[in-house]
Amino acid sequence: MLDLLTGFIAELRAAGIPVSLSEHLDAAEALRHIPLEDREGLKYALGASLVKSSTHWRAYETAFEIYFSLRGPEYQIDDQGDEPNGEEPSASEQAGRGSGPGQGQGGAGGGAGMTPEELAELLYRALASSDPTIIQTVARQAVARYAGMEPGRPVGGTYYLYRTLRNLDLDGMLERLVDEARPGTGAGPTGTGGTGGGQALTTLEERLLRDELQTRVDRLKREIEDEIRRRLVADRGSEALAKSLRKPLPEDVDVMHATREELVALRKALQPLSRKLAVRLARKRRHGRKGPLDFRSTVRHSLSTGGVPVDPKFRYPRPAKPEIMVIADISGSVASFARFTLHLVHAISTQFSKVRSFVFIDGIDEVSRFFEHADDPADAVHRINTEADVIWVDGHSDYGHALGVFWERWGEEVTPRTSVLLLGDARNNYHASQSWVVKALHDRARHVYWLNPEPRAYWDSGDSIVGEYGVYCDEVIECRTLRQLERFVGELA
Amino acid sequence: MTPPSGDEITTGFPVAGEPRFGTIDDVRQGLAGVDYLADEGIAGVVFLADRLAKPVLVEGPAGTGKTELAKSVAKLTGSRLIRLQCYEGLDESKALYEWNYKKQLLRIQAGSDEAWRDLEDDIFSEEFLLARPLLEAIRSTEPVVLLIDEVDRVELETEALLLEILSEYQVSIPELGTVRATRIPLVFLTSNNTRELSEALKRRCLYLHIDYPDLERERAIIETRVQGISQALADQIARIVRSIRTLELKKAPSVSETLDWARTLVVLGVESIDAEQARDTLHILLKYRSDIDRAAKELAGLTLDD
Repeated sequence: MLDLLTGFIAELRAAGIPVSLSEHLDAAEALRHIPLEDREGLKYALGASLVKSSTHWRAYETAFEIYFSLRGPEYQIDDQGDEPNGEEPSASEQAGRGSGPGQGQGGAGGGAGMTPEELAELLYRALASSDPTIIQTVARQAVARYAGMEPGRPVGGTYYLYRTLRNLDLDGMLERLVDEARPGTGAGPTGTGGTGGGQALTTLEERLLRDELQTRVDRLKREIEDEIRRRLVADRGSEALAKSLRKPLPEDVDVMHATREELVALRKALQPLSRKLAVRLARKRRHGRKGPLDFRSTVRHSLSTGGVPVDPKFRYPRPAKPEIMVIADISGSVASFARFTLHLVHAISTQFSKVRSFVFIDGIDEVSRFFEHADDPADAVHRINTEADVIWVDGHSDYGHALGVFWERWGEEVTPRTSVLLLGDARNNYHASQSWVVKALHDRARHVYWLNPEPRAYWDSGDSIVGEYGVYCDEVIECRTLRQLERFVGELA
Repeated sequence: MTPPSGDEITTGFPVAGEPRFGTIDDVRQGLAGVDYLADEGIAGVVFLADRLAKPVLVEGPAGTGKTELAKSVAKLTGSRLIRLQCYEGLDESKALYEWNYKKQLLRIQAGSDEAWRDLEDDIFSEEFLLARPLLEAIRSTEPVVLLIDEVDRVELETEALLLEILSEYQVSIPELGTVRATRIPLVFLTSNNTRELSEALKRRCLYLHIDYPDLERERAIIETRVQGISQALADQIARIVRSIRTLELKKAPSVSETLDWARTLVVLGVESIDAEQARDTLHILLKYRSDIDRAAKELAGLTLDD
């Protein structure tokens, strides 16, 4: 057991969760007190001693499911084994390659004993009631039938999940359930959803019903995911799988290539992040700085000690707050990165004397006004996407034109107190670079920074001309994750 | 007068004492008995905190029952709850102990003919010590639960004050010696996560993240906490609140706000919520104008001007 724990902790560390030695000891100690057959209890006990941040919980959970997954013969990837001829992995792999993954198991999967119609019916029942055991059964059957898992393949299971879900047509099922809850059918599928009785559902009721069903569908998806993972563990062992399933922590996710789910997590992480940053900056400003010596006050106070200046007085510090101009590319490839940066900068706008933002694709538009009256930066960011006028010709990034227009219209307003942030991958679609604008900005502004969401290795490849602009910037910064972004903004203020 | 020597007032190394709970399930049922419905995670961590004699750091959104957990555990174990509310500027003399200067002065004046040596020993004795919450919790002979509330509000440097207590359950007073706990108290620290706590602090604690409860638990919470509510209404409330939480709001409704809302509806004599009533009472659940508008629109297809 201790070996298993050590391996588990090594995996957590590899996933980026910091686990100290004393926490390791705590976990080992915890194992003595928690009955091992209580798997949930074990999960929380280990979690409490090992994971000290809620954002790390998901990564922990994944690792836990892998290392302490349920094992047993029923989780073998066995559907091919039911075929009379195939019993070795090699045979089944042949089958997989030969006939294409989907159909290969079409007949063989019947070993689980269900036709697609039966399965669909079971699924319907599972969703109509909230009985977890039925949902589990469905998940197991669905995976056995549709996932078409092949032993020995070094994959993470996302593909299996996708294939299973596609075959189940959950969205269709959801619609069907909602439809049936509508008038006529009387009692809804959820005991309480049918409080309306025979009458039509009000919007409120329909909404609640939908949410209820959505939760069940989500639970089913989770079950299916677990099921697939269990089978993969049984097939390939924990360590190999952990490597392919390892998920980066939210603050380390590469913003440019984040999946939709990761983006949601990022957005959640952003809010506490900006709050923390604001608190930290405000404290930094208040403490730890002393103004210049206040001579008058020092002499005045020295009177009480007979003219000896025992206690020197300092002027109240008034550190200048920087003025920020953000110029962000919001074309498809870097849009989410720009959104996060704008959100973060505006969320801590009290730390700057002035924040102005501009967005461009091939045209450029000022968007500060959206932020001025919005309570919530997220709202404003949303409005930028829909309302800003950033298309000039064809909606492909044209840094040269956008910068040229910026200089023409707003160049006068850049002052020596302004820090200019340029955001983008500088993929200019082979237009003219107009890099003299950046040079002119640099001459006039206090600092010019370029934040590039691409990995450094890709810079200046293809149509990226970040180097051309970069020579005129104070610094060109690789900024792919929230962590990097936070560090940069923190230093800026 | 006894001279202050190192271990004079300690009573040996603190012992964890008898475990307070038998199994995780005991914890959960016990907490349910004092109207706190814990899920698997919460009960497990409380159980473990007792067994490992470690403090628990509780994080989570506001109003999910972090402070309430400490109170309920105190009630369950029949302990006294000692609470230290943290704020910016909290220091040693407010959190740990302070010498009672006025009394010391009086003592010096009263005994002006005594030898200075005796006097000095005397005025730095326990009689002149004002115990603040942390020291009080350590010294207490009856069972206590120590709650250090909103620990993220103190400065990073002040956190260091807590470290000795949290790992060794002792307080060192230079003039007096070291005060060790006679019985290790259960310690809960809560944090609203406005800043990152130091590694040193986190390492010494078990970590518990309390999130919004799931549907069944929330419904059960409403039923136990709100008197005279019907099952159907509780269910409906829980479901509406869950819907609202899925929206992107500035501030999602907390459990305590849900309870307030439930109480309001009971007082108003509502049997089952329709869109009208939901809209009219949403301001109890949500505290921002924009949130209320959005929730009303999303939930009932209504705007406030209808």
